[in-house]
Amino acid sequence: MATDIDNISDVTTGTRGPTKIRRPAERRRRLLKHALLILFGFIMLYPLLWMLSSSFKPSDVIFREPSLIPSVFDFSNYSRGWTALARPFHHYMFNSAVIVVASVIGNLLTCSMAAYAFARLEFRGKKWFFAAMLATIMLPIHVVIVPQYILFSELDWINTYYPLIVPKFLATDAFFIFLMVQFIRGLPRELDDAARIDGCGHVRIYWRVIMPLCTPALATTAIFTFIWVWNDFYSQLIFLTDPDLYTVPVALRTFVDSQGESAWGPLFAMSLVALGPIFGFFLAGQRYLVRGIATTGIK
Amino acid sequence: MADAVRESPVTTLDERPAPARPKRQRSSLAKREGRAAYLFLAPWFVGMGLITIGPILGSLYLSFTQYSLLQPPEWIGLDNFQRMLEDERLHAALRVTFTYVFVSVPLQLALALALAFFLDKGVRGLTIYRSVYYLPSLLGSSVAIAILWRQIFGTEGLINQLLALVGIQGQGWVSHPDHALSTLIVLNVWTFGSPMVIFLAGLRQIPTMYYEAADVDGASGFTKFWRITIPLLTPIIFFNLVLQIIGSFQTFTQAFIVSGGTGGPADSTLFYTLYVYQRGFGSFEMGYASALAWFLLVVIAGFTAINFLAAKRWVHYGD
Repeated sequence: MATDIDNISDVTTGTRGPTKIRRPAERRRRLLKHALLILFGFIMLYPLLWMLSSSFKPSDVIFREPSLIPSVFDFSNYSRGWTALARPFHHYMFNSAVIVVASVIGNLLTCSMAAYAFARLEFRGKKWFFAAMLATIMLPIHVVIVPQYILFSELDWINTYYPLIVPKFLATDAFFIFLMVQFIRGLPRELDDAARIDGCGHVRIYWRVIMPLCTPALATTAIFTFIWVWNDFYSQLIFLTDPDLYTVPVALRTFVDSQGESAWGPLFAMSLVALGPIFGFFLAGQRYLVRGIATTGIK
Repeated sequence: MADAVRESPVTTLDERPAPARPKRQRSSLAKREGRAAYLFLAPWFVGMGLITIGPILGSLYLSFTQYSLLQPPEWIGLDNFQRMLEDERLHAALRVTFTYVFVSVPLQLALALALAFFLDKGVRGLTIYRSVYYLPSLLGSSVAIAILWRQIFGTEGLINQLLALVGIQGQGWVSHPDHALSTLIVLNVWTFGSPMVIFLAGLRQIPTMYYEAADVDGASGFTKFWRITIPLLTPIIFFNLVLQIIGSFQTFTQAFIVSGGTGGPADSTLFYTLYVYQRGFGSFEMGYASALAWFLLVVIAGFTAINFLAAKRWVHYGD
């Protein structure tokens, strides 16, 4: 899509009479613009690049060297960081992965079910329920966390992953319901009607007709759920106090509090490991991310 | 896909032709559809009751009690709210949070708008720039980035190293009460990418004919920006403003990590949410924490309402 726009603008500037004469100036302006954009991007990314290069530097060098290219490549920060806590770092990554994978499945399944009902079915109280659903998107977690904590401790769920996973199977991430409602509303209703004439019930229409067509919205949901849950610190900090159950963010926090200022090298190395999966999903799914923000944002 | 969205059949629900079936059969069909809907919504209903509405009411009740988890809650009327009036740390938290929201959100949105405008005019490699600028938005709330920030703005951190290169003697930014909050404001501005993407999508929906008409009239670039782009973009500016204000009020992780959970130095990064956490899960004053949380909800709802009321004066919704 971006390339289309580029081409169009090139064509229009090319065909306009006066621009031909101004061409060198035009080109210089365009070059300047790119130079500024690249410079700005570089400044934006500088902290990240610097963290990457620092993760290869011995801790005492980090404080002396602002340059991006380490004078020596030293991988010991990674091995030291990996084993700096009570458990090796992959233990915490595995814990995070369990919660993330379960959350993604829960959100995909239950948010899409709710979205199908809101987008396609008629039922009593629909307007009110839909409004209530929208309102919960904006609800701060801080308002509900205390009673949730009490509820989960009554159930003996503190220091288990249930408080983090079960809500995802109860469609509590209303943002994704909204995203999918918007998407399903955009699908032609004739498809449902055709399936109904062929004798499909609502479950079959949902599963066989709507879900396959929703792949882009489902991808956006999966990627955002992954990133948000992987990054989530607040609820994991509150519901997990047993170090064996720690996830990556909580483990990193323990790391910074216990070793603190003396171990920046290993700390940076593990921070980068923690960000790794997000980079991966970002590179693989940025099309869906951008589209997801744009559609929920505007429509 | 844009077309699919544009066609979104808002009307289809009412458009369905009234079937000429006997009345009884139609109502049974409707009943079946209703039953199916409740089935599809079953998980949502349970979640809404147990995870959302129940706890909202629960914390409203708890805000009138004293409760330490060990003994049953004890009704103390308005004492918690009375205490809030005199709680110096709460007032510090309010100052910190308001400063953060009202400085960082406008800066962030201005930067997002400027770059969206800059990128919109068919820049070659738009997708690459967009990705690079968007990346920090995904990382900004992570513990890892907060750790990075703590180092960058530390006494011996990156900023001071760079300042030393040009011969300026730096200072500990995160450890100084006057500057610690600024480092977190910088962090929030750094995540301008997601409002930028929304602005970019909005800019793309402005019909080119407006600009063509302005060209015919000989309007300057500035006039076009001020008279066409900005007015037509106001709904999106408004949307971003509401979203970012609500989000910024709830900032927690960054302040927690940078200050080591204390909100220091001298309460200069004591964000409201951090204070709620300290009262609730540090000293297990669940009743007081609930009162604080409810006040946050009221503040956020209040600002959102003000935003919507003020919007009538400056947001243009087509004609």
